[in-house]
Amino acid sequence: MEFVLISLLNGLSYGLLLFMLSSGLTLIFSMMGVLNFAHASFYMLGAYFGYQLSLWVGYWPALLIAPLIVGLLGAGIERIGLRRVRRFGHVAELLLTFGLSYLVLEFVQLSWGRAVVPYGLPSELQGPLFTIFGTQFPRSRSFVMLVALLMLGSVWLLLTRTRIGLVIQAALTHPEMAESLGHNVPLVLTGVFGGGCALAGLAGVVGGNTYVTEPAIAASLGSIIFVVVVVGGLGSLAGAFLASMLIGLLQTFAVAIDTRLFDISVSQMAPMLPYLLMVLILIFRPRGLMGTRET
Amino acid sequence: MNLTIRSGAALTLCALAASTWAQQGQTVKIAMIEGFSGPFANVGQNLQKSAQFLAANLNAAENPAGVKFVIVPMDSKSSPQEALNLLKSATDQGIRYVSQGNGSNVAVPLSGAVSKFNERNPGKEVIYLNYAAVDPVLTNEKCSYWHFRLDADTSMKMEALTTFMKGQPQISKVYLLNQNYSHGQQVARYFKEAMSRKRPDVKMVGEDYVPLGQVKDFAPYIAKIKDSGANAIVTGNWGQDMTLFMKAIADAGLKVPVYAYYAWVSGTPTALAASGDKLELYQVAYNHANYTGRMGDLGAKYKAQTGDDFYFYSIYNGLVALSHAMAKARSTDPVKVAAALEGLRIEGFNGESTVRKSDHQLQQGVWISKWQKVDTKNKYNVENTGYTFAPLEFVDAYKASTLTNCQMKRPG
Repeated sequence: MEFVLISLLNGLSYGLLLFMLSSGLTLIFSMMGVLNFAHASFYMLGAYFGYQLSLWVGYWPALLIAPLIVGLLGAGIERIGLRRVRRFGHVAELLLTFGLSYLVLEFVQLSWGRAVVPYGLPSELQGPLFTIFGTQFPRSRSFVMLVALLMLGSVWLLLTRTRIGLVIQAALTHPEMAESLGHNVPLVLTGVFGGGCALAGLAGVVGGNTYVTEPAIAASLGSIIFVVVVVGGLGSLAGAFLASMLIGLLQTFAVAIDTRLFDISVSQMAPMLPYLLMVLILIFRPRGLMGTRET
Repeated sequence: MNLTIRSGAALTLCALAASTWAQQGQTVKIAMIEGFSGPFANVGQNLQKSAQFLAANLNAAENPAGVKFVIVPMDSKSSPQEALNLLKSATDQGIRYVSQGNGSNVAVPLSGAVSKFNERNPGKEVIYLNYAAVDPVLTNEKCSYWHFRLDADTSMKMEALTTFMKGQPQISKVYLLNQNYSHGQQVARYFKEAMSRKRPDVKMVGEDYVPLGQVKDFAPYIAKIKDSGANAIVTGNWGQDMTLFMKAIADAGLKVPVYAYYAWVSGTPTALAASGDKLELYQVAYNHANYTGRMGDLGAKYKAQTGDDFYFYSIYNGLVALSHAMAKARSTDPVKVAAALEGLRIEGFNGESTVRKSDHQLQQGVWISKWQKVDTKNKYNVENTGYTFAPLEFVDAYKASTLTNCQMKRPG
């Protein structure tokens, strides 16, 4: 019982972390059809900006400023780069973001070096929030969960309950009509891309000190967030949320199982299960759990 | 008569002196084939700086041959294939000494390639100095006459670690968590083997493997470890798999001591320090962070010059051993130097160390150190974190020594 409860908690918090990482990617894909390969790089930029700014102005202001900078950077990249290559199709956009991920990595290594940076938690987030059966649940993890839930809520509200959301949706499904009604569609797209990048940046500021900030994080996170988005259904925010929770719980509980299958234990396979799930989803339900279109 | 004997003796002495000095002042190029870019670049860069620093700072006692070592860095990007190409490039340039260490996956094929090259190119032989690859296979099944290992291999480190743990009666249940590839599996295998010999009462309550660099969240493993009732954790993890694992232990408030293999690798101490005093962490390695005397001076000078911590002590032993062998052989010819290296005793950074003739494994003592706050006795501030690896116990070379089944093929 004790173990199940703790594992449930771990699974939920890991799921929410995955959602926090992938929400920006889903947003950009669902709104623009751009599969942003540099998403994890924006996460990394968020972490490094968060680290640098927290040295200068403290953590809490950095939590606000760093995502804004990352968002502006994303918007700038959309304006200068993506908008130009858009007429050559999605492959060109994908390649652009792919190249961008290398540029960001080199930029980070040149600016902050190749080693881990000492990005510490602010005193408010240190220590455990509560203790359950002698296992502490850290505040930093709870904060990640909170941020993920806030992201989910605010993005959903923005898209479905506000005028901005209405315009964004109109600009995506009926761009000519939205334009003839006087809305600046390219600007909307720039905003969406910037917004998605800002979400990645925010995830970086929060995740960077909860976990580790080093140049390798972009590469190590890149794969798992694509799994979340594909399993959830490309472009579905609710799907991404569902997929994150599913993967989080699946992986956490699999670790506990020592039963051996084909000479390897289930716990050994646990970190690979999300990828297995992705393959199964692609075979049996290619549009993902809640996706609306075929990938 | 008396005079002739005397002058004869004097002449002989002169001749001896002259031949002793034959290698004096010669330049010895050592190719360093290592990942200087890519994921392990920060470790590679520290390595290169350490080797170049040592080459420039050895004193007369450490460099009796009086040769000038020049380190030639070659970037393998941590790829075995690339490393083999670089070996070719090094031999094409006439470099007769190559060194490599980070990754047994590179070391095993490289050692094989060096042997093959030497067989086919008599007169151009190359010596391979391995300062960090710890796969026991390199000095056992796949041992080579031209390969010399300066680090202690996994079997020796586990021998030392279990010797230390034998004296810790409170340890009764051990949990093993390792990366799922040869190194991690060897740590688990040699640990279990040595522990069952020394403390058959200790139970292995868990044995888990994680894929290299794939796990983002170690909390489920912590829950499992806690559930198992383990009172010691043994891990060979390095890099992100080490830092995230330690962070998860501290975050969950798990009060179980960790016995680790790679806690000192560049960047790891910085990540560990974020967990403050919540970790009880021991390390088994050939070094600790608080040397005094000559090694302390070298370390301090290195930090002043580069801003980095000095931790690749095996290179010190490597250069000292090379120079002594060259002085003994009165030559820098690798064929003569390899013969002189066999059975050579040197005064290494941990005191006397011997190059074992049967498998070319440097026999040396191993340190158990503890990760703790800097204090008056242990002053060295690792990565400016305020923490240090304080020496706890030195396991002598003869205790850390393990048997070999190497059947060495000697040239000629």
